[in-house]
Amino acid sequence: MGQLKEVSCLNGHTDRVWNVSWNPTGTTLATCGGDKTVRLWGQEGDSWVCKTILQDNHQRTVRSTAWSPCGNLLATVSFDATVGIWDRRSGEFECNATLEGHENEVKSVAWAPSGKLLATCGRDKTVWIWEISEEDEFECASVLHAHTQDVKKVLWHPNLPILMSCSYDDTIKIHKEDGDDWTSFQTLESHTSTVWSIDFDSTGERMVSCSDDMTVKIWQAYQPGNKEGIQTTGKDATWKNLCTLSGYHSRTIYDVSWCKLTGLIATAGGDDKLCVFEEEVDSTGPTFVLSTAITRAHNEDVNSVEWNPKVTGLLASSSDSGDVKIWQYSV
Amino acid sequence: MAAADVQNFNPTVFSKSSSRAVTESELDEAATDPIDDREVFDHLRCIKDPEHPLTLEELNVLDRDHVRVGDDGIDVEFTPTIPHCSMATLIGLSIRVKLIRVLPARLKVRVAVTPGTHVSEGAINKQLADKERVTAALENNHLLEVVNQCLAAHD
Repeated sequence: MGQLKEVSCLNGHTDRVWNVSWNPTGTTLATCGGDKTVRLWGQEGDSWVCKTILQDNHQRTVRSTAWSPCGNLLATVSFDATVGIWDRRSGEFECNATLEGHENEVKSVAWAPSGKLLATCGRDKTVWIWEISEEDEFECASVLHAHTQDVKKVLWHPNLPILMSCSYDDTIKIHKEDGDDWTSFQTLESHTSTVWSIDFDSTGERMVSCSDDMTVKIWQAYQPGNKEGIQTTGKDATWKNLCTLSGYHSRTIYDVSWCKLTGLIATAGGDDKLCVFEEEVDSTGPTFVLSTAITRAHNEDVNSVEWNPKVTGLLASSSDSGDVKIWQYSV
Repeated sequence: MAAADVQNFNPTVFSKSSSRAVTESELDEAATDPIDDREVFDHLRCIKDPEHPLTLEELNVLDRDHVRVGDDGIDVEFTPTIPHCSMATLIGLSIRVKLIRVLPARLKVRVAVTPGTHVSEGAINKQLADKERVTAALENNHLLEVVNQCLAAHD
């Protein structure tokens, strides 16, 4: 059993906080929400303080943000149908590009590990792939219409040039470049309601998903020629549901984060709860057990959770109540 | 709304419930009175139907037995007047917005169609339960105006 201890409670947002996102070095936390602003928090001594507020760019809720792999660019997506690209190479964050194309609310954004591709998705049921040229120009490379409903989140694979997306249509889909265009080549079906979020483990061989059906699912990639005899097509792995964690949350699970340093999985729920799961390996194979849970992590729904990429056990979460919390996990 | 768009021309009208009797303990400022079914129902029963000059109570879209306050939150079921009512999502949204405005934010709310009373109840319930879509809908000024009209005090 482990435990989560509250390190800091960050107040400043004046509305629901939809998302938290650590920069690659783990020194800055970006948060965003219904007050149309993005706040950047950093550590000063023992406390976390708001260092910068990015505002006046989006006309509606800022739903989520994502840092480029180099940490110099921050992408922000909004219900106003636009994507903002902020650059800090001049010293201060400046919004130097606005990507338009989605018909309505943009829900999620993700940078490919190379930093050369960006993916966005939204309520218009599409996933957009943007190519970034040497001159920092963003060009739409593809618009994918694979989902039949609102797309909630996009996420690039850590090592392979494939993109995952999850949706209100209850599925997760996998997309790859195919000649000049992008195609969707696999659909993962198992959840019985909206899939809100997904994350990979450190190897990229497994993925975790969370849903309105109140379950968390672990997925395994079976490579061509796998010893289990799972059928594959071409060079692509086949993803299959390995196990399902249920009974831990009593309402929608809005977010999940798989720590690359420790292998711990954190989940955030509409029941105000945070859970941390750890893997145990016994003779029957891997199982995931609850390591610790905070029943009233926030006063309202917990919308987002993310492990710090560099500091072991440091976790950030955000809530409808407008606050952001930083937690330290220890055994 | 133009008469030609009205889907249910001649709805059955039900009587309104009487005002709630105020109990002695409620007059006591020091007493704790938890939110109960009747209080929540009273917040909702005067919401107007989008197409008739009648309240949701008068159309029997809402009745007291379908408003429940439990340990885990508030549960409201509403009954569309006809099984293919295209206004059902808007009615559900109005109920949700009213509850968001009058109740403390910590209380969890579920608004759903009474089982078996609408052809698309699954789709309507899923949409009403998706807070991201509800939030986005309420940032739409036109839709917000329509909802506000349903919520405006009714004589």
